[in-house]
Amino acid sequence: MADFPDVRLHVVTGKGGTGKSTVAAALALALASGGKRVLLAEVEGRQGIAQLFDTPPLPYEERKVAVARGGGDVYALAIDPEDALLDYLHMFYRLSRTGVAARTLRRMGAIDFATTVAPGLRDVLLTGKVKEAVVRKGPRGSGHAYDAVVIDAPPTGRIARFLNISHEIGGLAKVGPLKSQSDGVMAVLRSPQTAVHLVTLLEEMPVQETIDGVQELHAVGLPVGAVVVNAVREAVLPPAHLAAAELGGLDREALAVGLKAAGLDPTEALVSELTAEAADHATRVALEERGRAALAALDRPSYELPLLPDTVDLAGLYELAAALEAQGMV
Amino acid sequence: MAKGTARRAPAMDVDAVLDSAKILVCTGSGGVGKTTTAAALALRAAERGRRTVVLTIDPARRLAQSMGLSELDNTPRRVEAVDGSKGGSLDAMMLDMKRTFDEIVVTHAEPGKADAILQNPFYQALSSSFAGTQEYMAMEKLGQLKATSDYDLIVVDTPPTRSALDFLDAPERLTAFLDGRMVRILLAPAKAGGKAYLKVVTTGFNVFTSVITRIIGAQVLQDVSQFVAALETMFGGFRERAQATYDLLKAPGTSFVVVATPERDALREASYFVERLAEESMPLAGLVVNRVHRSGSATLTSERSTAGAQQLDELGGHELTAAVLRLHAGRMALASRERRLQDRFSGAHPGVPVVEVAALPGDVHDLDGLRAVGEDMASGKAAAVPA
Repeated sequence: MADFPDVRLHVVTGKGGTGKSTVAAALALALASGGKRVLLAEVEGRQGIAQLFDTPPLPYEERKVAVARGGGDVYALAIDPEDALLDYLHMFYRLSRTGVAARTLRRMGAIDFATTVAPGLRDVLLTGKVKEAVVRKGPRGSGHAYDAVVIDAPPTGRIARFLNISHEIGGLAKVGPLKSQSDGVMAVLRSPQTAVHLVTLLEEMPVQETIDGVQELHAVGLPVGAVVVNAVREAVLPPAHLAAAELGGLDREALAVGLKAAGLDPTEALVSELTAEAADHATRVALEERGRAALAALDRPSYELPLLPDTVDLAGLYELAAALEAQGMV
Repeated sequence: MAKGTARRAPAMDVDAVLDSAKILVCTGSGGVGKTTTAAALALRAAERGRRTVVLTIDPARRLAQSMGLSELDNTPRRVEAVDGSKGGSLDAMMLDMKRTFDEIVVTHAEPGKADAILQNPFYQALSSSFAGTQEYMAMEKLGQLKATSDYDLIVVDTPPTRSALDFLDAPERLTAFLDGRMVRILLAPAKAGGKAYLKVVTTGFNVFTSVITRIIGAQVLQDVSQFVAALETMFGGFRERAQATYDLLKAPGTSFVVVATPERDALREASYFVERLAEESMPLAGLVVNRVHRSGSATLTSERSTAGAQQLDELGGHELTAAVLRLHAGRMALASRERRLQDRFSGAHPGVPVVEVAALPGDVHDLDGLRAVGEDMASGKAAAVPA
């Protein structure tokens, strides 16, 4: 049984360097498996999705980038604030994308203002487009256009502000179109059909930022989903040896005998180096355990993804998607 | 492993940079250890005898505490426990965006207007997130420090922007916006109490206001107009100051340190930044690659190590040695993957000096840890890694 059966909007955030884009892509693949239709969207103009799926840069257009196991489809979209603004104007005010009004707005610098100078407004446009994709109806008017939408969102440090921007802007306008648009976006983001997942590594700073991020999301009333621990390394040393290894106190004699048995020359230097590497490893394992405990205290569903030996490619994404499914996230 | 043909980057002479630079700007993408690098460089410079200040943006709590910084504070604080025997010292400060912005308002707004600006709802909601605000504030502080203090060296940590390049582009974007037509139009109602709409008649203007009013409503337009008027007031001298700061970044004595980790994305950002600095004729001290995995037993390859572990599995009874060999194999594989990525960078940017910092099992959060990172950087390991 999946842990988030009612969620249709999965927002994936994480500190820089934790692999949130990879996790978002894997989650989209997992959600699509078995014949579902899933939209994976990015909002930071980095073309990270195109790189992950090894496709040319994405235009502002939903296009299929992958087929999931069992025949589902993952569509991808790089949400561009300028196009989102023109979209919005077209949808709600019937302004043609190339008409006089749009041209005037551009010439006056209004488009630039809304999309690059004032990130607050930019975030309103981005989250507005996300909401539109979530509530969009399917072709025959029955059901939704997408079974689920996954957002590769801004990093943990900015996520609460990013998602809550419509609330802030809504507060500035007491009545009028901006107000109703903002309210509509917040209604979706705060509803049970949304979950914000946080990606982390088992390292101090990312763990701390995850804890802070959860608090900030709670503070503004946004629904926290799961914690996804990425790039988890296999426990290589037998647990019984970890304590000794951490102090650099592995049995050098036994190591030397073992190396010899493996046909290697057990020089002092080699034994010392291997002991030092083991100490490094054991120290890290101990820190990771502390990180795990701190994350467990958050009391959110938590999943672990293995560190892949090479730069993540499509095969790697399928592997990670399978791991998320196996652990019940999807 | 013996690929003698790979191009080796020149090693960065960290101490020479620390002894001569007047301003060091640390930049790179998020999560690469920029703040730690900035702090470690500053500490080392101080202990080599220079009166140094480090301006950090968003340090991890424990790192901040280790430097005696307990809260966001716009004044430099002396870091105790720094070895000042060579005549140097270290001050540190954390930048408070909102407060810096408010201070600029109070200093530069026309008398009597400051309060109105500070109370404006748009100012309150958007000022601290306005594009380029963080970058601009960091640069503004740098300019202030340079003008009003007599530090030998100022080390600046740049904001955790989406892309390292924002840091150079944002002030310009803000200036371009303030010079643009929209600002002049938006300013009109605030300046003339609403009637100005009738006076400023251009072809696009009526379309513009009617569209804007339809989209955001008349009341919001009025607030925005006030807010833009506020910006205009306070940024009266903005262009000159932005230019002055920009010049400061190109002045002799200023150097950039680009920070990355040996990963594809971080090195790609580093590449962009290196290219951009060259375009702007801004001086680059070098690339610091954090969290590099190396091994002293580079002669025992990943493959040989794995084979040894398998052999021991078959023999049985050598569980520990087999595990240690697997550990070594993994580390060697990681090291060579990192090496390949770095070689690719250095192949594309052959002249850029590089220095590596070894990966540590945990984070740095005390002065000893910063000192060790500084030592590691200064020992110039970049050229010493066997190919």
